[in-house]
Amino acid sequence: MTPTGAHATTGTPATRRLGLVVCVLLVLLVLSGLWWSAEDVVQGSTVRIMYVHVPSIWVAYMAFALTAVCSGAYLSRGTRSVAWDRVAGASAEIGVLFVAVSLVTGSLWGRLTWGTYWVWDARLTSTAFLFITYVGYLAVRRLGGTLRQRARRSAVLALLAVLEIPLVHFSVELWRSLHQEASVANPNAKVEMDGLMLFTLMLGLATFTALFVWLVLHRQRVILLEDTVADRGLDEAIASRRDEAGAR
Amino acid sequence: MTNVVELRGVVAVLGGFPALAGVDLTVGRGEVLLLQGPNGAGKTSVLRVCAGLLPVERGGGSILGMDITAQRDSIRSRVGLLGHTNGLYLDLTVAQNIRFWASTVGASRDEVSAAMQRMGLDGRLASVKADRLSAGQRRRCALASMIVRRAELWLLDEPHAGLDAAGRDEIDSVLRDAVAAGATVVVSSHELERAGALATRVVTVDGGTVRDGGGAR
Amino acid sequence: MTRGSVVRAVARKDLAVEMGSRVVINQVAPFALVVMVMFAFALDNEGILSRVAPGLVWLATLFSMLVVVQRSFAVESADGALDALRVAGVDPVAIFLGKSVALMVQLFALEVLLVCTAFVLYGVEPSPAGWAEAFVTMVAATVGLGFVGTLYGGLAAGARGRETLLPLLLLPVVAPVLIGATRATEAAFGSGGASVSEGWPWIGLLAVFAVLFGAAGSAAFGPLVDE
Repeated sequence: MTPTGAHATTGTPATRRLGLVVCVLLVLLVLSGLWWSAEDVVQGSTVRIMYVHVPSIWVAYMAFALTAVCSGAYLSRGTRSVAWDRVAGASAEIGVLFVAVSLVTGSLWGRLTWGTYWVWDARLTSTAFLFITYVGYLAVRRLGGTLRQRARRSAVLALLAVLEIPLVHFSVELWRSLHQEASVANPNAKVEMDGLMLFTLMLGLATFTALFVWLVLHRQRVILLEDTVADRGLDEAIASRRDEAGAR
Repeated sequence: MTNVVELRGVVAVLGGFPALAGVDLTVGRGEVLLLQGPNGAGKTSVLRVCAGLLPVERGGGSILGMDITAQRDSIRSRVGLLGHTNGLYLDLTVAQNIRFWASTVGASRDEVSAAMQRMGLDGRLASVKADRLSAGQRRRCALASMIVRRAELWLLDEPHAGLDAAGRDEIDSVLRDAVAAGATVVVSSHELERAGALATRVVTVDGGTVRDGGGAR
Repeated sequence: MTRGSVVRAVARKDLAVEMGSRVVINQVAPFALVVMVMFAFALDNEGILSRVAPGLVWLATLFSMLVVVQRSFAVESADGALDALRVAGVDPVAIFLGKSVALMVQLFALEVLLVCTAFVLYGVEPSPAGWAEAFVTMVAATVGLGFVGTLYGGLAAGARGRETLLPLLLLPVVAPVLIGATRATEAAFGSGGASVSEGWPWIGLLAVFAVLFGAAGSAAFGPLVDE
C-alpha cells in the first residue's frame, strides 16, 4: 500500500477513470446549467447559481458526515488504523472548501434575489458555524505530534463537532423562530422547477458527488505520501541519530 | 522474577526528531541504574518513556510487567518521575502542594507529615509559597510528593543538578531509603562520581541509543 | 481513592491557587468591568444599553472565560504539574470534573459582578421573579460553560499558539449558551418588553447543553489531554 519510488503518484487507473467521468459531467453541467435549462419565471438567469450552490452544500454535509464516520471508526476497537484518520482529514478539508463555496454562492444569490448578501436566517447562520467549527478542526490537525496523537486528537474533536452542530443549529433555529415573524424564505423554494431544471440540479448533485469522491481519494493519498515522507525522514534521522554516538 | 524495565528497540519521537533511536534496556528489581551520557543523548526521553509519558513510536517493552503501549495508565500509577520540572503549583504553599498530591493518591495525614519531616519541609517552610523556594527546596518538595506516592519504580532526571552538597546528600539518602523499601531506581546524571556511588550499574546513553557501560558493580 | 474525593481535591486546589494568586480577582474581574464600560462608550444611548444589557453581560462573561480558562491551564503547565498528574495516573475524568467545578465557581462570581454592573450602569430593573430567573439562568449557563471551557482548554493547553487556538475552538461551541443565556436574561430583565415566563424554555436549552457537554467532556478529556 505504501507508495514507493521517486515518482509515486496519487492516481490509480480507477481514479483516472473517475476523473474522466467527472470532467465529462462537469462539461455537461456547465452546458445544461448555463444554456440548455430555462430561466426562472421570477429569478431569471439568477436561478442558475442554484446548480452550484445546492450541490456544494450537499457535498459539505456529506464530507463532514464522512469525517465523523471515519473518526468513529478510528476510535472504535479493532479498526484503529491511521488510514481512517487520513480519510477523515481529507474529507474535512474538502468539506471546508465546499462550505466556503456554498456560503459565497449563497450570498451572491441572496444579493441578487433579496438585495442583501446576508440575512440572519437559521440555516445561513448555522452554516457559518459549521464552517468555523471545521476550520478549527483543521487547525487542530496541524498541531503536530506523532501520527497516532494527531489521529486520536482530531477523531475526538470530530465527534465533539457532531454533538456541537445540532446544538448550534437547534439554538439558532429557536432564536430565529422567536424573533423573526416573516422569515426570508429559502430562495430554492420559490423556484418552480421544470423537468430540465430538475435534471440539471440532479446532474449537479451527481457531478459534485463524483468530484468529492475523486478529491478525497487523491487528497488522502497525498496525506499518505506526506506521512510516508515524514516516516522515511524518520528512518534517516534515526540512522544519523545513532551515528552521533560514534562520532563523539 | 520479571524485570522492572524491559525496552526493546524503542524509538520515540519529539516534534519529528527521533529522541530515542532504538533503545534496548533491562533493569532488574532492586537495581539502581545510572544513565550517563552527554546532553541531548536521550537520557530524559528514556525516563519519560519508562514513565509512560512519551509514546513509543516503534519497538515495545514492558514496565513492571505491563505492556508499555497498551497499559500505560496502569503503569503510571506505580511509577514516580522527578523530571526537570517539579510539578508544583507555584501559587500554593509547600504544605498545600504536598497535601494536594497526597489527596490524589489517598495518602494519610500521617504519611504527609512524615514525608514533610523527612525532607525538612515542616516548620517555617511549610507555609511558604512554592514560587519563593530555592531550586533545592523545590526539589525537596517534589521528592516529598514522590515519597507520599510510594512508587515502585523511581525515575529521576538529573536530581542533583543545581543543588549544594547537603542537598545532594539528602537526595542520595532518600534514594537509599526507597531502595531499602523495595523500589527500583533509574537515575540520570552526568555527575558520575556522585551518582556512581549509589548505582549498582551504569549504562551510557548516546545518540538516542543505550550502550551497556560496564555491567554490575 | 474514590473519584469524588479526587474531584474535590482538584477543585479545592484550583480555588486555592486563585486565593493564593488572586489573578481572577485582581485582573480578570477589572477586565470584565472595563469591557462593560467600553460597551457603554460604543453604544452611547441609555435606551439601547438597557435593551441589550443581557447580551453584553454574557459577551463579557465569554471574553473573561477565555482568560480564566487560559489561566487555569497555565497554572498546570508552569512547573509541569499536569504532566505530573498524568504520570501519577490520576483519573482524567476526576481532573476534568474538578477543574470544571473550580472554573464554574470563578465564572459564577464574575457573572454576579457583571449582572450587578449592568444593574448599576445600564439601568436594568428586574422584578423579584426576574431576579430568581436570572439566578437560575446563571447557574445553568455556568455549568455548561465550565464543562466546555475545561474540555477545550485542556485540548489547547499543550499546543503551540494556544492563545489564538482556544477562542477559535471555544467560541463557536458556546454559541448556544450565548443565545440561550441572553434570551433567558432578557426575559428576566424584561428587556424589550419580554415577560419572565418566556425565559424558561431557554433555561431548558442551557440545561441540555450542560448535561451533554458534561457527559461528552468526561469521555473526551482523557484522550484529548493524554497523548
